[in-house]
Amino acid sequence: MESFFSRYRNSAVLALVLLAQVIGLAVQLKRPLDPNNPDAGTVRLLRSWVIGAIAPVEKVFVSSTRFMRRTWHDYINVVGLRMENRDLREQNEKLHMELARQSEGANQAQRLQALLDFKQQFLGSTLAAQVIGSSGSDSSRVVYIDKGTRDGLKPNMAVITPHGIVGKLRDVYRYSAQVLMFNDSSSGVGAILEDSRLHGVVKGTPAGEVILVHIQADEKVQPGEKLVTSGGDRIYPKGLPIGTVSDVSPGPELFLNVRVKPAANLTRLEEVLVITQAQEPNLESADSQTPVRASDILAQRLPSVPKKPEATPPKVDKKTTPGQAGATDQTPAAGVKRVRPTVTADADSAASAANSPKNGVTKPNRSAVPRVVTENAATSSTSGGAADAPAITNPDAETPSANNAADAATPLPEKPQAKPPANQEAAQPPPPERHR
Amino acid sequence: MSSQGLTYTSREEIEVYRFSPLVVIGVSLVAIFLQAFLPTRVNFLRIFDLPLLVTIFFAMARRNPVSGLLTGCFIGLVQDALTAKMIGLYGIAKTIVGYVASSLGVRIDVENPGSRLLLTLAFYFLHRIVYLVVQRGLVQENVSGEWLHHLGAAFANALLAIVLFAVLDRFKQRT
Repeated sequence: MESFFSRYRNSAVLALVLLAQVIGLAVQLKRPLDPNNPDAGTVRLLRSWVIGAIAPVEKVFVSSTRFMRRTWHDYINVVGLRMENRDLREQNEKLHMELARQSEGANQAQRLQALLDFKQQFLGSTLAAQVIGSSGSDSSRVVYIDKGTRDGLKPNMAVITPHGIVGKLRDVYRYSAQVLMFNDSSSGVGAILEDSRLHGVVKGTPAGEVILVHIQADEKVQPGEKLVTSGGDRIYPKGLPIGTVSDVSPGPELFLNVRVKPAANLTRLEEVLVITQAQEPNLESADSQTPVRASDILAQRLPSVPKKPEATPPKVDKKTTPGQAGATDQTPAAGVKRVRPTVTADADSAASAANSPKNGVTKPNRSAVPRVVTENAATSSTSGGAADAPAITNPDAETPSANNAADAATPLPEKPQAKPPANQEAAQPPPPERHR
Repeated sequence: MSSQGLTYTSREEIEVYRFSPLVVIGVSLVAIFLQAFLPTRVNFLRIFDLPLLVTIFFAMARRNPVSGLLTGCFIGLVQDALTAKMIGLYGIAKTIVGYVASSLGVRIDVENPGSRLLLTLAFYFLHRIVYLVVQRGLVQENVSGEWLHHLGAAFANALLAIVLFAVLDRFKQRT
């Protein structure tokens, strides 16, 4: 035995060292639970191996136990089976109802989440850092900077240069941090094409190139078009330059192969900026811009209705708003109906636009048609009503594709304070009246 | 056949060298540092793999498979720690290269610049193949198939190896 080990000592040591490293890799590695379903979660490879070895034995044991139990329960001990069956049926019906209720709630939550996520971010404060090293490997595009947790850095902070984005912080140590560049194959950046407003994901390839994925083949992308961050990944603030489209070719399946030339020179990085804080949009500046109402956009696009002669009074008792041409000096009294031209999908969405101006966006409804809405003048004079809610997104307005509908629309203020003042609104030309 | 004494083969007497532990550790760390630092200043230098060359040199000079594979393991793991990948990819590749290089060093003449050039070429591809097999088979990552680029890199590393090995020969201590 001793001679065996002494004879194969070198091979045995090699095998042991390799085994130790393979086990070490298996401890770090994670595999998807279901390769066909990436969303099903991951499991450590070591655990997968151990379970793969133990599971068959357990399965045999459990199967035999189940067979015996089922035999006993189904064929020998059948007392109370009918009663249990009835209880289970009732329970099943209850669960069906509960499931229907919860799925409706989940759908609503997803819609609200999508609205909340639609929030712009801007650069707050940055920290300059010096690049001090790299991975030294072609397979891993990382660099090291000379700032760390002591300087307030945290993982997932965006790293940029004045020319464009560089990557994000991956591991942050006390005096240094590792930056995973966005041309690494494990990176991904939410991106928008500046001209066509198409959304996509910018990824790195194993060769260190940068590609834009998830662009369908029927979309038009021109070389030279610029790419900016979309802000959807919650790491990079919206609007930072990523690069320029360098080449477009048909890709696999229904998608385009879009190659991107990074705006920042990723091969010669010396100083970078780490975005340590992203600030919320300035509401004052949002106030200064006159918001465009969806009703105005739609009114311009729809065929106009010829004005009725003044001699023919409208059917509804109309009271113009103060400041409007031909308006009387009387302030609208409570209970007096007035006619406001506006665009609403239905009464519920109009009400929700008025009641929930925080998001400032009503659910787009393609069946929306302009119509006359009568409302309480007193209420309108204070709250502005649904038509005053400055953010009724027109789903058909300048939307080249469904996935960029949100960005194609006019930037929307987030808070209710963003509503333009009454006099500002009065200064606008009144929208054309429409009657159905 | 002692690793400390002269090693004899059926062909001829081959000398076995040893190095001070400080030299082994120091040269390995300097190689890893330069590999990490230089590409940030001159991107072209990324094609060189100094840690691999150092692994090959120590393994072939000492002609001891155990010390060769342990040196490769150490250098590879440190190199892995600098990347954003799993730790062990370079470790496994350089362990195997260290073992094979030291095993070959017992059998053939590795002092000749010509043989050093060819061996470095071969070890570069062995290292690359092992790395890709582990990366593709175990880690299941996509790998780049730029073999032309790697062919150029292999020649560049082989040429650098001739110069580097001649410099590192000065640290040899005859047993």
